[in-house]
Amino acid sequence: MGTNPLAIPANNIICSLTDPEGRSLGAPLDLPQDAGPKELYLLINTLLQNEEKLPYAFYINDKELLGSLGAHLLQNRVSVEQVLQIVYQPQAVFRIKPVTRCSASIPGHSEAVLSVQFSPDSRMLASGSGDTTVRFWDIYTQTPLFTCTGHKNWVLCIAWSPDGKMLVSGSKDGELRLWEPTTGKAIGNPLTGHKKWITAVSWEPAHLQSPSRRFASASKDGDIRIWDTTLHKTVMCLTGHTLAVTCVKWGGEGFIYSSSQDCTIKVWETTSGKLIRELKGHGHWVNTLALSTEYVLRTGAFDHTGKQFNSAEEMKQAALVRYKAAKGNSQERLVSGSDDFTMFLWEPGTSKQPKARMTGHQQLVNHVYFSPDGRWVASASFDKSVKLWDGYSGKFIATFRGHVGPVYQISWSADSRLLVSGSKDSTMKMWDMRTQKLREDLPGHADEVFAVDWSADGEKVASGGRDRVLKLWMS
Amino acid sequence: MYAKKRYSEKATLKKTLAMHSERTNRHKADDQVQDGAVPAYLLDREQTARAKVLSNTIKQKRKEKAGKWEVPLPKVRPIAEDEMFRVLRTGKRKTKQWKRMVTKVTFVGPGFTRKPPKYERFIRPMGLRFTKAHVTHPELKCTFNLDIIGVKKNPNGPMYTSMGVITKGTIIEVNVSELGLVTPAGKVVWGKYAQVTNNPENDGCINGVLLV
Repeated sequence: MGTNPLAIPANNIICSLTDPEGRSLGAPLDLPQDAGPKELYLLINTLLQNEEKLPYAFYINDKELLGSLGAHLLQNRVSVEQVLQIVYQPQAVFRIKPVTRCSASIPGHSEAVLSVQFSPDSRMLASGSGDTTVRFWDIYTQTPLFTCTGHKNWVLCIAWSPDGKMLVSGSKDGELRLWEPTTGKAIGNPLTGHKKWITAVSWEPAHLQSPSRRFASASKDGDIRIWDTTLHKTVMCLTGHTLAVTCVKWGGEGFIYSSSQDCTIKVWETTSGKLIRELKGHGHWVNTLALSTEYVLRTGAFDHTGKQFNSAEEMKQAALVRYKAAKGNSQERLVSGSDDFTMFLWEPGTSKQPKARMTGHQQLVNHVYFSPDGRWVASASFDKSVKLWDGYSGKFIATFRGHVGPVYQISWSADSRLLVSGSKDSTMKMWDMRTQKLREDLPGHADEVFAVDWSADGEKVASGGRDRVLKLWMS
Repeated sequence: MYAKKRYSEKATLKKTLAMHSERTNRHKADDQVQDGAVPAYLLDREQTARAKVLSNTIKQKRKEKAGKWEVPLPKVRPIAEDEMFRVLRTGKRKTKQWKRMVTKVTFVGPGFTRKPPKYERFIRPMGLRFTKAHVTHPELKCTFNLDIIGVKKNPNGPMYTSMGVITKGTIIEVNVSELGLVTPAGKVVWGKYAQVTNNPENDGCINGVLLV
């Protein structure tokens, strides 16, 4: 065999294992050249003293290590002179199968389906539509369960409470109604107070309050109201925005984040209702917000195992455990997407200066979503592309091109390995994070796709749009 | 006891009277639920009204299967050969009259090279060569400036089709990738037929209507 001039002379490579935030695990190690992900996986589990072996992914200079160390270094021309930094990332233990086919198209709505959401325990599905009704669907038999009438105008947003016991729906005339999912009946009278249409609804997380009582609603009239479901009225009204509030998110630390068309994001404290911080920086309407712990807050105590809970206390404890695991040692991060084609990464708990500015989109950013493990942020934009960014630093990773119309909404699978996007061109596409390419095309809708949601147990994807049909996709 | 009964009777009577007088009652104008429901993120944005994609492609497929084309201009005025071609006199004494120059608009395609001038019988002048057409979508009622891919059929004869002559009533194929149309199977549509609706040699531009 001739000598390859680029061959690494020594057989061992000095490496140091670091976690995603940059902290090194221990002293640098001497690893053989042919060590691959399998050997590193055994090594890291022993070093971290994990009781069960958890799966990890390894990255050298932001590129995933797939083969042996030597081959990877040769391919990417990484120098052996310095100590090699290998970043390890814990991955979800369970693996979600990609959905490939439309298992059911359920008609029922007489107007476009505007929003679709699975309940936190993934047993029920609710959808709101332009025909002023909210419908509950049975996932297992794929038939409609209940039709809840009462709203006088289009039902714009729906939100399940984190314990799965209530559903709130907001409509175009500013009214909010509570529904009981097991019977399909309304709970009490409609909640009035907002003067214009409701743009977003967000519940208080389960680890702060169980059973769920309070939720926040944002409206075009510029205020955010905190409602109590047991008292059935507004307990706080957070005013301050001068134009419409486009998105509101209830964080896990007792803060409420709200974005508005007046180009600012305001951070409010929930106990007193005071404005704590104002995050300025965008040049145009801020359309959407995403929190790094959003997925965990939405699903509450439920996870992919499908365990049911007996008491509210148990649920609160389980939700707290899940929240702490998802948050880790880092602060809560916030990403905002705007009409000025850029996004900002903020750490609202620490400072009012943005941590990073994420540019690259050529049209307005319509939806941003953190992956459930907080590693990645995906952004859907009207420039027909979906972009992937690093969740900790805000660095650009990849673009997913394939749609021929503006991308409206995205949804992550529970293991953060797959992403599904729905667009104006009536198709949905599934993207794989490992290969960073298109995994599956999901055509079938006859018209624009307005809403997509992936169930928390990862089994099904639901989508609805202008063609009035609700589609369920399975693997 | 009787008072209670009378009270309930009076209540129902009042209700029926109110129902009957609903006809003359005036309600607030914005009580009506509008069409075209859009989600919250699209509410403040002006979007052009869109026709459904599905009906277009299905109709096209059905027509192709039937073998018949339903076009907006079914009949066109026949064009005589002496109107289409002008005789060019060539040669030292200008007595040879075998060359012809096309007087109508033509489309030649990107890879076109002329035949050696000594042998070419039909001359297509560069001034009458066009690459783009203003095509109107009949349902959306908006016009796009689209590239021509080729001439599919000229109603005046197959010779004109092969030469690429575009007159009123000609079916041309245009590049519609900028419209973002998608078939029900999820594939992107990039070429569609359109029929020319004006006399391009008189106007200096090709106007057409998209065949959906």
